[in-house]
Amino acid sequence: MKAVQMINIVKVYPNGIVANNGVNFEVEVGEIHSLVGENGAGKTTLMKILFGIEQPTQGEIRIFEKPVHISSPHDAIKLGIGMVHQHFMLVPSLTVAENIVLGMEPTKAWGTTIDMDRAVEMVNEVAEKYGLPVPAKEVVLDLPVGIKQRIEILKALIRGAKILILDEPTAVLTPQETEELFVALKNLAKKGMTIIFISHKLNEVKEISDRITVLRDGKTMGTYRVEDVTEEEISRLMVGRDVELVIDRPPAKPGRVVLQVKDLSYYREDGVRVLKGVSFSLRSGEILGVAGVEGNGQRELVEILTGLRFGATGSIVLNGEEVLGLTAYDLRRKKVAHIPEDRIEKGAAVKASIAENLISDRYYKRPFSGRLVLFPKKVIEFAKKAIKMFSIKTDSPLTEVGMLSGGNMQKVVVAREFTSGADLLVADQPTRGIDVGSTEFVRKKIIEVRDSGVAVLLVSADLQEILQLSDRIIVMYKGEIVGYFDKNEGLTEEDLGYYMLGVKRHDPDRVKEAALL
Amino acid sequence: MRRDRIIFETVRTTLTILIALLIGYVILLFATDKANEAFKWFLLGPLSTKRRIVELLNRTTPLIFTGLAVSVVFQAEIFNIGAEGQLFFGAVAATFAALYFPHIKFLQIILVMLFAMAAGGAWAAVPAYMKAKWNASELVSSLMMNYVAFFFGLYLVNYHMRDVNAGALVSYRFPRTAWLPRMLRRYNLHPGILIAIGFALLVWFFLYRTKYGYELRMVGKNKEFARFSGIKVENVVIYSQIISGMIAGLAGAIELMGLYKRFVWQMTPGYGFDGIIVALLARNNPLMVIPAALFISYLRTGSYVMGRMTGIAPEIVVMLQAIMILLITAEAFLAFWKRRMIEKSAMSREE
Repeated sequence: MKAVQMINIVKVYPNGIVANNGVNFEVEVGEIHSLVGENGAGKTTLMKILFGIEQPTQGEIRIFEKPVHISSPHDAIKLGIGMVHQHFMLVPSLTVAENIVLGMEPTKAWGTTIDMDRAVEMVNEVAEKYGLPVPAKEVVLDLPVGIKQRIEILKALIRGAKILILDEPTAVLTPQETEELFVALKNLAKKGMTIIFISHKLNEVKEISDRITVLRDGKTMGTYRVEDVTEEEISRLMVGRDVELVIDRPPAKPGRVVLQVKDLSYYREDGVRVLKGVSFSLRSGEILGVAGVEGNGQRELVEILTGLRFGATGSIVLNGEEVLGLTAYDLRRKKVAHIPEDRIEKGAAVKASIAENLISDRYYKRPFSGRLVLFPKKVIEFAKKAIKMFSIKTDSPLTEVGMLSGGNMQKVVVAREFTSGADLLVADQPTRGIDVGSTEFVRKKIIEVRDSGVAVLLVSADLQEILQLSDRIIVMYKGEIVGYFDKNEGLTEEDLGYYMLGVKRHDPDRVKEAALL
Repeated sequence: MRRDRIIFETVRTTLTILIALLIGYVILLFATDKANEAFKWFLLGPLSTKRRIVELLNRTTPLIFTGLAVSVVFQAEIFNIGAEGQLFFGAVAATFAALYFPHIKFLQIILVMLFAMAAGGAWAAVPAYMKAKWNASELVSSLMMNYVAFFFGLYLVNYHMRDVNAGALVSYRFPRTAWLPRMLRRYNLHPGILIAIGFALLVWFFLYRTKYGYELRMVGKNKEFARFSGIKVENVVIYSQIISGMIAGLAGAIELMGLYKRFVWQMTPGYGFDGIIVALLARNNPLMVIPAALFISYLRTGSYVMGRMTGIAPEIVVMLQAIMILLITAEAFLAFWKRRMIEKSAMSREE
């Protein structure tokens, strides 16, 4: 029996991007089926169509072998489809039980008040049935990410989901939490649940799936039994060529100290102290990796260092000069480059052209402008060069950045920041959400700028990336540096995981070594 | 892709205009039994005599200016709708300069213009500064400033510059050194239209060919991106509004020096608000402002001609404008067609 059949699906987005171009996708009842592909290959779009968020331009969908028309998530839920999104959709101030029953609350006799006891009962029942225990009465706000994800899964199950879609569920998890999730998923499959698992981490895909469907450029490249293919074969199918999964990194030759952060503390607007006396140093020609589960102060640290957030105490010395409290305007002129975490919100103006995006930090100087006037020829000339150098896929430097795929958009951001002649590069999640090919490209470029003498601060939730690129690593947990590793040889993702979860921590003297004093 | 969009916008704008005209015609059917005649005057009236053509061109001038003024702030995604007040206050300042500045031929015209621009700019600077400093909504404060400009301006004119010998509440007549020259012997066509077209080119150059224009547009496209890139967003917020105010202020000066030769308004002339629809029609493109202003002026002139010939209230045109604003700002209007067009072109690219 087939749980899902999507036949010849075509989807064209309003901006003209063809996300799916004749995709065929079939899932058997009770299997864990992985959907893999580079970002921009059309995985998320396909799942959005299945869950009724997007409408296909063409194509047919059958659920449990019956042709259906899914025009909204409401329809999808009625058909027994549940989706766990990459970004959690929970109300942080409500309890676990309240979140799970939201919209289908059990009520007391008159139907006017919510029967909380009954709600908790319902949640516990489902949780027990599927082996996904949650603290039903606690407020969601402070719960660990792994639990929040479990809540999302329960939300789908309690609504009678028989087909569960998980969109990159492990992106936000530590290795330990991922392990737990996998146990739970296998358990669910055993109970007859059909699970569609979206990921581009191939080792995970290998570990958990029964079958794999590979997408590339909006087309199906084929469906395989997991034991019939190797990771290398899958990645070749995804990218269309051989990918170097290992990046060649010559040893660093660190020079003078470029950045010295001392005792940096910061209270967020809501009064929470998100940075607690952070100290570290960074030399030219080296990469310092900052590992940590998201939300442990990394974002604030980056924004303070790049002049986008103010009110911190302590000291930041850049090239021998105190720069704490300076704005992005000043810091850009003091040779700080910044690849931001969010390319659409901060890193680019999607409605402006590629050329306009590439000069946003240097439009005011030669050769791009004189005293008053811009020199469009020079701008276009530079843009063409950058497009070539960073292999940005486009037919013209005048194309709007919003028309590009995620990977190419990130290349525009990277092209600007890598050519700015900076002394310090702050790279915040430089490869998040971009395809394997672009990721490889960006990582190589980061090593290249390091070797040209730039000091690189690499903040990433991707431990593989941290281990692959960094010369030294600090681990942040609840606004503090809890781990410091000088050489990363022999260090594994699991080792870092313990520090990220706050299970292990180095003694203060070792952490102080991060400041190189 | 870019060509598709131009086609789409052109078709959409044309269709919008046609729908508005159709509705206008239907309303006329209710208002009079000579609807056909009235409609003919409305559509063809502006071109029926030389005098009316001159009227059409003169009415276009202030609309180009205010259309440009609004386009500048809209490109920065700032919703300063104070062009009305800036124009009014600029006109008051122009009156002062025309009456009290030294009466030197040619030079005084320049001085009056500069003084009006300064006044308009200063007026726009108030909401601009409040926005940059305290994040006060420029939409609200610029709207409120319109009232202040109106009553304060009337006070200045009526109590300090009023010509007591004139039969109406108007200022003293400007000296001849503050008159714009006539371009035709028998008709009062003043060179304002040329200055306005010159300004449209200038504003285009400013927006697309200067550093400051680049900053302004980037702030408009994505403020966070601009700040992140090291653009001083607060500066842009201020100077874009001041430039806009200067253009609006200049419109006031030219209107008085070219057309009335004295301050004559006891009600705000409405050019500032018409400037918003001009900017909307032109999609904030300074060069497109010229035809857009001409079009709105045509509607206005047509409605007045119709009013004079048939006695139907010219205010009908306000309704037409409202319908057009609604249709143009309604993103969903014709969206299905746009989607189909995109799908077709995307799929043909794939093959």
